[in-house]
Amino acid sequence: MTAVKCIDLCKTYRQGEQEIKALDHVDLDVERGGFVCLSAPSGGGKTTLLNAIGGLDIPDSGQVWIAGTRIDNMSKSELARLRLTQIGFVFQAYNLIPVLTAKENVEFVMQVQGVPARDRAKLALEILDEVGLAGLDGRRPAEMSGGQQQRVAVARALVSRPALVLADEPTANLDSHSADGLMELFVELNRNHQTTFVIATHDQRVMAYAKRLIKMLDGRIVGDIRQHEH
Amino acid sequence: MTKQLQIVWTLAWRNLWRNHRRTLIMIAAVSVGVWAMIFMTALMRGMVNDMIRSGVENLPGHVQVHHPGFRDDPSVNNLIPATDTELAARLADRGFRAWSTRINVPAVITSERESRGVTLYGVDPARDRDVTFVADSIAAGRYLESIDDDGLVLGRKLLENLDTDLGKRVVLMSQDPDNDIADRGFRIVGVFEAELDNVEETMIFGGKRTIQQMLRIGDRVTEVAVVGPDYRDVEPLRRELARILDDDVEVLPWTELNTYLGTMLRVMDGFVLVWTVVIFLALSFGLVNTLVMAVFERVREIGLMLALGMRPVSILAQVMLESLLLLAIGLAVGTSLAWATIVPLEAGIDISIVGEGLEMFGASSVLYPELLLADVLLADAVVLILGILASLSPAWRASRYRPVEAITKV
Repeated sequence: MTAVKCIDLCKTYRQGEQEIKALDHVDLDVERGGFVCLSAPSGGGKTTLLNAIGGLDIPDSGQVWIAGTRIDNMSKSELARLRLTQIGFVFQAYNLIPVLTAKENVEFVMQVQGVPARDRAKLALEILDEVGLAGLDGRRPAEMSGGQQQRVAVARALVSRPALVLADEPTANLDSHSADGLMELFVELNRNHQTTFVIATHDQRVMAYAKRLIKMLDGRIVGDIRQHEH
Repeated sequence: MTKQLQIVWTLAWRNLWRNHRRTLIMIAAVSVGVWAMIFMTALMRGMVNDMIRSGVENLPGHVQVHHPGFRDDPSVNNLIPATDTELAARLADRGFRAWSTRINVPAVITSERESRGVTLYGVDPARDRDVTFVADSIAAGRYLESIDDDGLVLGRKLLENLDTDLGKRVVLMSQDPDNDIADRGFRIVGVFEAELDNVEETMIFGGKRTIQQMLRIGDRVTEVAVVGPDYRDVEPLRRELARILDDDVEVLPWTELNTYLGTMLRVMDGFVLVWTVVIFLALSFGLVNTLVMAVFERVREIGLMLALGMRPVSILAQVMLESLLLLAIGLAVGTSLAWATIVPLEAGIDISIVGEGLEMFGASSVLYPELLLADVLLADAVVLILGILASLSPAWRASRYRPVEAITKV
């Protein structure tokens, strides 16, 4: 089954008088359980493609399908619901809510989903343990290192077991040890839960984990390499 | 939405105290504004009520009954058709707080040296002391003792104008129903003082029966004054009197007998609302500025929450709730402050330094602030409702952010 399908996606930004083609007739299929890395130089279109797949940005033309449902023509509320229930996001900058503790940040999505408090707390503590943050659940983002914050963000993205995880440069602010730990966690989830991962990255180490490597340049897909299975 | 209420509440409360200095300043501004609304209203209310109470106690009672032609021609030609005895029978045991029948005619008073035009009241002192202020305002001598009292009570100022004194004789002249001169000599037995010079200069009081005999009007009167439970709500009393008395009388509330004071009461209610709104408008700039800043500082977080699937309406609710919490704290502090400052002053504030000016308006030189629950509720409701309206714009803007743009804001 196809987890993600993009058909002839185009997106143009205007920067002053200049038009920049962020996505230029992009076609992409990602099967369920896929582990895909999007690789491109800066401005190559990988974040724009990730945003379009996640329903954060609407393409100028073309279609985006997630798990068999077309999303590019959805309303804001429908997109919010889709993101809430089916997609986990890991952003480059940790993007935690500063007034919430690590545990509360992890619980945030579940709380919006309406998961009962007791279940939320249990799941949040489990995943924090899984990402190596046991005992730090009561800390606020300002009291944690960059790597710890990124792991909280990852925990938040994964805690409700979404079918699709979109990660934008998830290791950009991590040391190599933390980056490896994070990628191994991704691989484990991919293998055990058939979670689909689409990761935008520059990082060669991250690319090494991918089953499939898609190279982009100037908004177009210029390479699609199938690598090893996990 | 209800599922998200808990997180919305948590975020609103914590974000409120994120910049606690700004929040405290805003709460202080709201508190002072609310205090000013309620305190000033209580002062104004106290002053106006004092004017009204003085006006009402200066003879009208809450409702008066006259012959329909009396207000145009206040003379013995326009007596109430029923006799005083009949009126007393109809008014007795009706549960009125107080009532009095009396004669009220123009007259001329003459001393050895001076003459003055006055309004002569023939009263039953036993009944009238509950309706008017005079019995409690005797500065020298005594008040009238019965309806047959042949003494006269007049104001201190009139005593000076007539260049006479307590115990001296004066002559009163008026008209009888046949338009003949009705006159009689009286001894001054009492001198009263009033808050208004005009009252002291123009009102004189004699025993009702003595005056009836002088005017040759038998057992008849020109006026009935009745006091009900509340001077603000006189219509039920007016209707009751109209029902129990004959059709050929005019029954009027004090608001129509003294249109100046009646208008004052209505203007005061309007003033309270305008004053409250004006203060709030000044406050609203601070409130909107605080919220705009709070939202502006959190664009990225708001984008993140939207990206993670929080619905725009929850973002709107979060900012609105933040504003509501700020207003609620300000209201609680401001209202408590107002209560704490007004209650100790309820014994009266001496403002005699501007007393002469106030007297022109019928207010006394001691101001009694009056804290009405209705005024407190009005101030609180105005702040809450207008505060919510003022918060709508920043809250709406926050909920309209596009996550992809907001999340990358630095």
